Amino acid sequence: MDLKEITYLITSNAELLKIKKWDFGASFSNDFSVQVDKGIAKQLKASQKQVLTLRVWNSKNLVGITTTSDLSENGLKKALYQANLASNYGNKNELTDFSPLAKDPIKNIKEVNRSPAGIKILLETLRMAENKLLKKHSAIKTIPYNGLSESFFKRIYANSDGAQRSYEKSQAAIYLYARAEENNRKPRSSGSVKIGYGLDDIDINSCIDEAAEKTISHLNYSSIETGKYKICFSPESFLTLINAFSSMFNARSIIDGVSISNKDSIGEMIANPLLNVFDDGLHEKNISSAPFDGEGTPTQKLCLINNGRLENFIHSESTARIFKTKPTGHAGLGSKVSVSTDWIVVERSETVVNQVNDLNHKDYLGKHIYVEELNAIHAGVKASQGSFSLPFDGWLCEGGKRISIESATIAGDFKTLLNEIINIEKKQYLTTSGISPHIWVKELSITGDA
Amino acid sequence: MVYTSYINKEINFDEENKQLLEEIISYGLSLGAEFVEIFLENTDNISVLVEEDFITSVSPSFGKGAGIRIFKDKRDGFVSTNDLSRKGLISSITQAIEMLDIHLTTNKRFEGLENIRNYSITKNSWLDSIPKVNEIGEKLLSSTELLKKEEKVNVRKGSYARNWQKVIIASSDGTFAKDIRLHQTVGLNVIALDKQYRSSGSRRYGSSDSPNDFKNWNHEEAANDVLDSSMSMLYADYVDACQKPVILANKFGGVIFHEACGHLLETTQIERGTTPFANKLNKRIAHEAVTAIDEGVSSGSFGSLSVDDEGMEPERSVLIKDGILKKFISDRAGEMRTGHKRTGSGRRQNYSFAAASRMRNTYIAKGNYSKDDLISSISDGLYCKSMGGGSVGATGQFNFAVEEGYLIKNGKLTKPVKGATLIGEATEVMPKISMCGNDLELAPGFCGSISGSVNVTVGQPHIKVDSITIGGR
Repeated sequence: MDLKEITYLITSNAELLKIKKWDFGASFSNDFSVQVDKGIAKQLKASQKQVLTLRVWNSKNLVGITTTSDLSENGLKKALYQANLASNYGNKNELTDFSPLAKDPIKNIKEVNRSPAGIKILLETLRMAENKLLKKHSAIKTIPYNGLSESFFKRIYANSDGAQRSYEKSQAAIYLYARAEENNRKPRSSGSVKIGYGLDDIDINSCIDEAAEKTISHLNYSSIETGKYKICFSPESFLTLINAFSSMFNARSIIDGVSISNKDSIGEMIANPLLNVFDDGLHEKNISSAPFDGEGTPTQKLCLINNGRLENFIHSESTARIFKTKPTGHAGLGSKVSVSTDWIVVERSETVVNQVNDLNHKDYLGKHIYVEELNAIHAGVKASQGSFSLPFDGWLCEGGKRISIESATIAGDFKTLLNEIINIEKKQYLTTSGISPHIWVKELSITGDA
Repeated sequence: MVYTSYINKEINFDEENKQLLEEIISYGLSLGAEFVEIFLENTDNISVLVEEDFITSVSPSFGKGAGIRIFKDKRDGFVSTNDLSRKGLISSITQAIEMLDIHLTTNKRFEGLENIRNYSITKNSWLDSIPKVNEIGEKLLSSTELLKKEEKVNVRKGSYARNWQKVIIASSDGTFAKDIRLHQTVGLNVIALDKQYRSSGSRRYGSSDSPNDFKNWNHEEAANDVLDSSMSMLYADYVDACQKPVILANKFGGVIFHEACGHLLETTQIERGTTPFANKLNKRIAHEAVTAIDEGVSSGSFGSLSVDDEGMEPERSVLIKDGILKKFISDRAGEMRTGHKRTGSGRRQNYSFAAASRMRNTYIAKGNYSKDDLISSISDGLYCKSMGGGSVGATGQFNFAVEEGYLIKNGKLTKPVKGATLIGEATEVMPKISMCGNDLELAPGFCGSISGSVNVTVGQPHIKVDSITIGGR
């Protein structure tokens, strides 16, 4: 079923129910994935999915919503009926409307739609990758978590005011997490993820090399003493942290009282002036870029932190109205419209001078901890309070030597961390969740086992 | 067996669909599959959110889908689809066959499906008898009103979710079952604020297959509980990092056993080679004070089932008896690949996931001690009254956030502390659970793993862990 067909069915059935105003977002996907265990196909999966979220406005301008996977005419009729009923309970205190930008032109994104490689090729490729990774080191005994997938999807948005948008894309991803064991030592595990528009776009060998290098490098580990340490965050780990605290940029979270920012925070100095942060969903390196959000608002690049100063919040239509601004293209369609960041880009400000600290993760000899990867974010981050206590993979570095840390947590306050950034390296690295350089922080609490 | 071809036939959830399902299964077997399983699902869900003094969200959803799984030489192929027509199901099973690269057609004998085991007969009226939106809204509004009595509470939320699921399960060993599942959860969340001090609190209540349970929910007790917790923690100091004995409270304290040990007793972990307990059957893995159970039979508990997602009635599995490992949690694939008998634990979030061995109601059995006995046995430790989330890594290391903690000094609870994380490994911690209280209680939760998010119960009495690493500042 395509955009026009669904729009036609909703239009005609809405008229029967005397519903004059509606919008919907829908997605359709075909996904294929494989997993292997020592060369043997473990589970091969395929799925065809469709889901539609429909909003209707009643005569009192209150919104009701329904989500369904049944896109038959009967399914759509039921969805309209249910949404209409739900509108009786629409939020009277925060009215929602169509995005004023839902008909604005959208930027052309790289609408790449590769041909399916097919399960057999996915399986052969993953078998090869697993085999190569197992051969990288005698301590690597298994690759317990592995997978190769490809997805082909289409997203559409339309409303009763005539807005109609759609785009199609494909995406493929591989992940390899190796487990290494040496005699009388605890097992160690690490891995790598790579994504691309299609199978041919994924650099499988670099995924293998990365997974092997990370896992092997952690074999020689030692416990660490509890205390305060100078910290260097890898690009991945800093992006993990900033995404975990992205509610500080989120107007929805601010209105709901669950953000560490407030309505008057724009313009506040919240970080070292070296820090610039953007949300750039349309970045050319963002494989998952989408040209519009759940309300049909065009995606855009937005500066969140400029020279350490909080510059912008991200908005849906309703939060933008409350803040007397425009939606920013970060909404997810729902009864209560959610707001979330797309793709974070962190950079060292070019305009700030007189920075004397020039720490570099490649040649700094002083004692510090290099945080490679943060774990258990859902459990260890209290975004509404600004605090975190997280297990991590990393190294204790000193005098050019480094030793893997056996088991430890890193804890702190995110606002303090931003203010205690002591250097932002110049070189940026591309990750699956954004772009960032290495970030140095004056000190944070580490709990170790020693 | 002779089948009529149902060109335009589509699954009707009000009927048995026996002939159509037998046709699909026979077709799969004829193409060379050794085993075929069809899982059909029809859902009708709703969630309601109240913030401060208003209903801010009512979100109904409904849908249907099928998950078709075939096995050949211990390998499995799984296809899910929203297309429940005969054509759609034939197409899906053909795709599953192609994925496994099966070329040899066989004449594997299929005796047809058994007479349907219909667990839904007494459940057909549930959807009509559960509370209506206005009833839910009123009780949630009344709850958030109760949360006003602490002026420092800045955010007040009440939420309700109902998941109604009708399933039909049919497989080539003749299994044919139908069930209706009903899960309801209700929760309260607050954030308290005073200058630079912040704290949060949350409580969740849940039940399965009890349409009237929301009406029985004691919202006054829940509101008082969550207020007490958030106010206690508002001015709490951060805990110092250390190694100390801890007391884990009953109910949701059981999340640690669930995460740190329970997952390692699922056959999926044996298959992956990620459990240290794989070869420990009938060997000591825990202190003799520990007996642990996983079951799906407690009436109304959030993880209970009439039948699992592979058509087997759930059993009560004693996993650990007096510290000795007695059983693994197993599903069909687990039995096939590891030899451990199925336990009625094949579970999935919905039709788009293949079932896997998953916990149901999992708890440590009660012991003989009172809570005071446990606390008074510690001169310097931490009492973890309320646990947050946690996770277990591929090497068995776990970590858990403590939402509400109190220092223990000389056998007494003293000041509240925040920011604590418990860190350890199951193999090291299980032998250190030296005392179990006599106050076993269960708590509902959601468990995310290989087959998606499923409803579970965690639980335990108060327990003492002799020593554990506490992450802090």
